[in-house]
Amino acid sequence: MSVGDYIRNSQIWKSIFRHPAPYDRRNRVVVMLTNFFLHLHPVNVKQQGIALSYTWCMGGITFFLFLVETITGVLLMFYYRPTLEWAFNDILALRDVQTLGIMREIHRWGAHAMVITVWLHMYRVFLTGSYKPPREFNWVVGVLLLVLTLLLSFTGYLLPWDQLAIWAITVGSNMARATPFLGSEGPGAQLLNIGGYDLITSASDARFILLGGRFVGEATLNRFYILHCVAIPLVVAGLIAIHFWRVRKDGGISQPL
Amino acid sequence: MFDAHPDLTEAVVHGLGWLYVILFVMNAWWTVVAYRRGTHTRVRLFGLLEDGQEVPTAGFWALYSALLLMVAIAHFQVTGSYAAENFLIRMPEWLKVWIDAVIADPVAYFTLSVVGFAAVILLREWLVRPTVAWVLLNVALVFMALSMTDFDFRQIVGKPDNVPIVAMLFILGFFTWLYFRRAVENDRRIAEGRPLFEQEDNEKVLVWPDLVYTELICMVVLSVVLVAWGIVLQAPLEEPASAVKTPNPSKAPWYFLGLQEMLVYYDPWLAGVVFPSLILVGLMAIPYIDFNKKGNGYYTFKERAFAVSVFMFGFLPLWVAMIILGTFLRGPNWNIFGIYEYWDVHKLEVLNNVNLSEWFWLTLMQTQQPQSILVRELPGIIAVLAYLIILPPLLAGTVFRRFFHRMGFIRYMVFVNLALLMAALPIKMVLRWAFNLKYIVAIPEWFFNI
Repeated sequence: MSVGDYIRNSQIWKSIFRHPAPYDRRNRVVVMLTNFFLHLHPVNVKQQGIALSYTWCMGGITFFLFLVETITGVLLMFYYRPTLEWAFNDILALRDVQTLGIMREIHRWGAHAMVITVWLHMYRVFLTGSYKPPREFNWVVGVLLLVLTLLLSFTGYLLPWDQLAIWAITVGSNMARATPFLGSEGPGAQLLNIGGYDLITSASDARFILLGGRFVGEATLNRFYILHCVAIPLVVAGLIAIHFWRVRKDGGISQPL
Repeated sequence: MFDAHPDLTEAVVHGLGWLYVILFVMNAWWTVVAYRRGTHTRVRLFGLLEDGQEVPTAGFWALYSALLLMVAIAHFQVTGSYAAENFLIRMPEWLKVWIDAVIADPVAYFTLSVVGFAAVILLREWLVRPTVAWVLLNVALVFMALSMTDFDFRQIVGKPDNVPIVAMLFILGFFTWLYFRRAVENDRRIAEGRPLFEQEDNEKVLVWPDLVYTELICMVVLSVVLVAWGIVLQAPLEEPASAVKTPNPSKAPWYFLGLQEMLVYYDPWLAGVVFPSLILVGLMAIPYIDFNKKGNGYYTFKERAFAVSVFMFGFLPLWVAMIILGTFLRGPNWNIFGIYEYWDVHKLEVLNNVNLSEWFWLTLMQTQQPQSILVRELPGIIAVLAYLIILPPLLAGTVFRRFFHRMGFIRYMVFVNLALLMAALPIKMVLRWAFNLKYIVAIPEWFFNI
C-alpha cells in the first residue's frame, strides 16, 4: 500500500473528507455537497454559463482579490501603528527594511485591481442583462458592494500618512463640507439654526463627522483605520454572503431563458 | 551639454527594445495564425500590377514582424548616453505638438471621446473582425512605445499608481470589443432565426472539475501576477504628510477623478454630493426602470440598443474618459496639459466666465442687476425649473412616448429625471465652452450655485 493510500485511508483524513476522492461521477457530486468551501457552488451548471468569454470571471476575481486584501491587510496590521508618530515610519520600514514588506505592494496593487475588476464585473452583468428579473435585487446589493469597495480603497489611501495620502483625502473630504443642509458650506445649512444660533458649523457638519476634526489629523487617521480594517470589511463580508446566496437563489449564473 | 531631463537614456531605450521584442513575438504568432487561416489579399501596387497578384495575408504580417524585430535590435545596439539622446526611433516633435494641441483642450478631448464612442457603436460590425482589432491593438502599443520616448509622457504614465490605469484602458478596450463581438454574432443569429451563441453546446456539466479547476487556475495566475507586480513596481510613498505644504495639483484618488473633473463645471454640493448620490441611486434603479424583457442572459446589442448605449455613454465617455483626463492631463492649478507637455506651474489660462444673471441683466436688458436675490436669479431659476418640470411631460408626449406608455407614471418620472440629470453634465460643459457660462443660478450668499 502506497503512502498516499495509507494517508487517504487513515481515520484523520476520513474525518475531514467524508467521501473518497472526486474521481468518479458520484463523488464529484458528493464533494460539492459535503465541502463547506465548495457548497457555494451548485453541483452542475450549464457549459456556456461558466465560459470565460461569457462571465469574464470578474466577479470571482473580485472576490479573490478581497481575500488577498484581507490576508495581506491582516499581516500589515501586525506591523503598522495608526498614529502620527509611527504611521509614516512604519510604512517606510515596510518598504526599506522589513521582511515581507512586499505585502504592502501586493495590498496596494490588489486594491487598484479590485476597483477595476468590480467595474468590469458590473459592466459584464449589465451587458448580459443579468440584472433583469429575477435578479433585480442582487444588482442593488452589487451596487452597494461597489460603493463599499471604493470606500475601502478611499479609507486605505490615508494610512501611509504621506503627502499623497493626506491631500487626496483632503480633496475628497472637502466635498462633504458642501453637503446640502449638513455641510457648513452647503446650501440650506443656514436654515438650520435655533434663535440665530447655527446648528451646522465647521465643527459639527458632515465633514467634521467624517474626519473627526476640522482638518485631516490624528483623529482622522484613527477613524479611517477602524473603518478600513474593521467596520467596512465586516459589512462587505456580510453583503458578499448575501450576494452569493442570491446568485444561487435567483436562478444561478444568468442564461438565455 | 548635460540634460537633466533627457528624452532618452540607455535604460529607457533598452526597455523599449524589450517592448518591441514582445510586439514581435505577438505578431509572429499572429503570422502563424494568418498562415493557418490561409487568407489571401490581392495586391495591385497602385496599378503597377494590372490585374493584381494574390498574396498570402500572412506575408504582410511576416514583413511587419521582421520590421519589429529589426527595430528591437536597433534599440539594443544603443550604448552610452550620447547614442541614446541621438537615437532616431522616437515620436517626431511635430506630431507631439499636434497631438498636444488636440488633446490639451477640453472641448476637443470631450468631443473626440464622444465621437469615438459613437463610432464604436456605428462601426461595430467592422470593428469586431479579429484582424481589425489586432491592427488597432498594434497601433495602440506602437503609439505607447513611441510616446515613451518623451520625458514628460514617461513622467506621468510611468508613475506607479498610474500603471493600473493604463492597463485598465487596454483591458476595458478588450472587453468592450469582446462584448461587441458576441453581441454582433448574436444579433446576426437572431435576424436569421438561428439559436443564440449561448444556446449552442450548452450541456450541463459538473462543477467539479469544469468550474472548480477554472477557478483554481485563475487564482494561481492572479497570485503570480500580483506577486510579480509587487516585485517590479514599488508602491509609492511620498514625503511625510504636511498640513502646510499643499501639493499642486492636489488630486483625489484616481477612481474619484471623474467627480473631481465635474468640479470644473459644477459646485461641490452638486459635483461632490448630489451627483455622486444620484449616480448610485440611478445604478440601483436600473433593473426597475428597464422594462425590456429581452437580452436577459446573453449578449445582444440590437435588442436593447438604447439601454446599452446609455449605460456605455455613462461609463466610457463620462466616467472613464474623465478619469483619464483627470489623471494624465490635469496638472498644476488644475490646468490641462498635453501628454508630452511639461507641467509648468506658471501656465496661465484666462478664465473669463459670466453668470447667466449677469448676462441677462447687464448685456441683454442693459440695466443694473436687481437687488433682490430671487429676482436677480429669476432667469436661471426659470431655466432650471423648465428643464426639470416642463421637459419630462414634453418628452413623454414626443421622444419617449413609447417609454411613457410602457413604464407608467412613477417609473417614467424616475427614469426621465435621472436621464436629464445625467445629461446635465455634458450640457453644462457645452454651455461653458460655447458661452463661457459660469453659473445658471448664482446665489453664493446661500452656497446655492448651479
